[in-house]
Amino acid sequence: MSFMPVILWSDALVFLLIAAIVAAAVHVRKREHLMLPWKRVARSSVALVSMLVLSVFLVIGLLDTLHYRAALPQNGSEKVYSPEVLSAFDALVGPLRTHTEKTYSAPFALHLYAKESMRDAQDNVVREYPRLQYGGTHLADEAERDMDVLQRALVGMLAGTLAGVMLSWLLRRRYTQPALTIALVLLAALIGTIMNLSAAYHVLGTDKVGQDVLYLSLKSIRTGLIIGTLTTLVTLPLALFLGVAAGYFRGWVDDVIQYIYTVLSSIPSVLLIAAAVLMMQVTIDTHPDWFDTSASRADMRLVALCLILGLTSWTGLCRLLRGETLKLREMEYIQAAQAFGVSSMRILSRHIMPNVMHIILIALVMDFSALVLAEAVLSYVGVGVDPSMISFGTMINGARLEMGREPMVWWSLASAFVFMLVLVLAANLFADAVRDAFDPRLNRTEGQA
Amino acid sequence: MIAYLIRRILYAIPILIGVNLLTFALFFVVNTPDDMARMQLGIKRVTPEAIDKWKQQRGYDKPLFLNTAADSAGIFTDTIFWHKSASMFVFDFGYSDDGRSISYEIAKRMGPSLAIALPTFLIGLVVYVSFALLMTLFRATALDMAGVALCVLLMSISGLFYIIGGQFLVSKLWHLVPISGYAGGLDSFKFVVLPIIIGVVGGIGSSSRWYRTIFLDEIGKDYVRTARAKGLSELRVLFTHVLKNAMIPILTGVVVVIPLLFMGSLLTESFFGIPGLGSYTIDAINAQDFSVVRAMVFLGSVLYIAGLILTDLSYTVVDPRVRLS
Repeated sequence: MSFMPVILWSDALVFLLIAAIVAAAVHVRKREHLMLPWKRVARSSVALVSMLVLSVFLVIGLLDTLHYRAALPQNGSEKVYSPEVLSAFDALVGPLRTHTEKTYSAPFALHLYAKESMRDAQDNVVREYPRLQYGGTHLADEAERDMDVLQRALVGMLAGTLAGVMLSWLLRRRYTQPALTIALVLLAALIGTIMNLSAAYHVLGTDKVGQDVLYLSLKSIRTGLIIGTLTTLVTLPLALFLGVAAGYFRGWVDDVIQYIYTVLSSIPSVLLIAAAVLMMQVTIDTHPDWFDTSASRADMRLVALCLILGLTSWTGLCRLLRGETLKLREMEYIQAAQAFGVSSMRILSRHIMPNVMHIILIALVMDFSALVLAEAVLSYVGVGVDPSMISFGTMINGARLEMGREPMVWWSLASAFVFMLVLVLAANLFADAVRDAFDPRLNRTEGQA
Repeated sequence: MIAYLIRRILYAIPILIGVNLLTFALFFVVNTPDDMARMQLGIKRVTPEAIDKWKQQRGYDKPLFLNTAADSAGIFTDTIFWHKSASMFVFDFGYSDDGRSISYEIAKRMGPSLAIALPTFLIGLVVYVSFALLMTLFRATALDMAGVALCVLLMSISGLFYIIGGQFLVSKLWHLVPISGYAGGLDSFKFVVLPIIIGVVGGIGSSSRWYRTIFLDEIGKDYVRTARAKGLSELRVLFTHVLKNAMIPILTGVVVVIPLLFMGSLLTESFFGIPGLGSYTIDAINAQDFSVVRAMVFLGSVLYIAGLILTDLSYTVVDPRVRLS
């Protein structure tokens, strides 16, 4: 075996989350009444298209979660592994990661952004823009670039379209919405184009240390998804147990829980997060011996950030659940259960929990996009992810200082914002569809569906 | 009314004590002052003497809760908790790491923060409510759909983009206003106008959509039908009946942030170089100046609780049914 699988903390938690989602899906699939709202979601073409976009992001994020350390070539018998933690995604896009230039270069550029001293044919020192090491090196004549880009784009687009058409033909029985088919083909064409172009050019340019911006943007997806999803692992149990307990038991339990969340929510959230992250940084920095690689250190910071975000953001959902439980506990069926002597635990798990699930689901999908956006802001403030971790926030942060340059370095900033916009927009549209499908306040008139 | 106010203020005290204890635990118990000193002085080249000096300069060389070495009241008062945490109740925030009085800085920086935050808040409120009313007026038409789609798009854009994009377009490309900076008095206009516009635009998406939901909730109620049955025009129904009744849910979300306007906005102020409380906080976070962060956390929660009390009071103004007792 020439590599050693590495399971970082965030990977383990992601696997846990996936297991939970699969279990929930199996549970729901077997029950017609629980499937009903999901069928309503599936009927909306906006939801399906945004889900398609999200699933592309999810696949990239998941591939990027399978981490390993490659074995180093050596002559001894003992295997030595590289300290660099890579992921299946890195292996898949190989050249994109390794083709680093010296510094900035614009999208599709053939030359570096900065001039360098070079020797020309007559051995004189001249200041020139050097040729890129990897971008468009196959071209014999630089004037051919535009034609070559066009040609490659067309070929990639055709291949992508073909793949998209085939895929939608395979799925023709399950998904019949024309919007979904169109979106699938378009997305496949786009991916095909970018894939074919990125083999020969830096499609989105390179950043300050010469890394491909497309690669950075794709890697940022995992960070964004992790922040958006793992936080719920903390929020959910806290908000659910405390909220339901406060609403159901009332009395001193309610007082204590209300006191806790009033205290927490009275601190402006950015400040509370900043304070907690600063302290977490001190702890991590004073214990360098806890981590064997820099990746595991950065990863721990990410997990801790999720934990902190969760601990500071459960109060809103908790308040909602408390209110709903207060209302539910006065319902006749709950009173009947109490009169029959059903235990509190059983009432809570059988009668209350299932009836607040829609609130939880709506709150969670709604929070997702806010968390992705928050990551960028927190990284800017200096309390976000580890500076060595690739994320939208660190990309924006690094690129922001180059705005003043002439000509402007706009590509990393633009890429980070566009990727973030697509992810958040898809998440928002999907969240809206889920809310519309699950919210019982919206009266629907549908047959016996 | 007065009795209610007093009760609310008394109720705020245990919450503030909770905030105080929480920040104290966060800043002094999770990591000891020694850890912080080591962090500040650099991990490697740190000597025990340097740590002791750092702690002594900042008054962190005392015991946390109980000073057994002191006599009588000193057991409680000559401790870190008393000097650094409990003293915040009388708004004595102590000194920042660069030796300046935090209270003085806060007083000086509130003005610039307000110069941005207050106009942003007021103009924003008018713009968001008008936009939401417009969408409500044209509800269930293509115009409404387009409005909602625009809102979803706007709220999916990162706040950082509004600031960076705005600065680039208005200041760098069009040269209309300086990119960043601040001046006192009337000169400040050219510095604050762009942050205000960006602040308003950045909030359109989520706020207008939220207000639209509130208006649509109201418009389905019986009193609206009655008003229409009386033959009132749709505009009149919307502006006099729906708007007035929607004030209560709107106020719930709006009034609570008014006191927090003093705190300024972290992002806007740091991007535009406004010497307000937001940039003060962000500088403190970057310099890891814990005393400033602690002071801002406490100030923020005081202002938030003030906002909650103000919210209750505002109900009595807009809703004659509410009597505080």
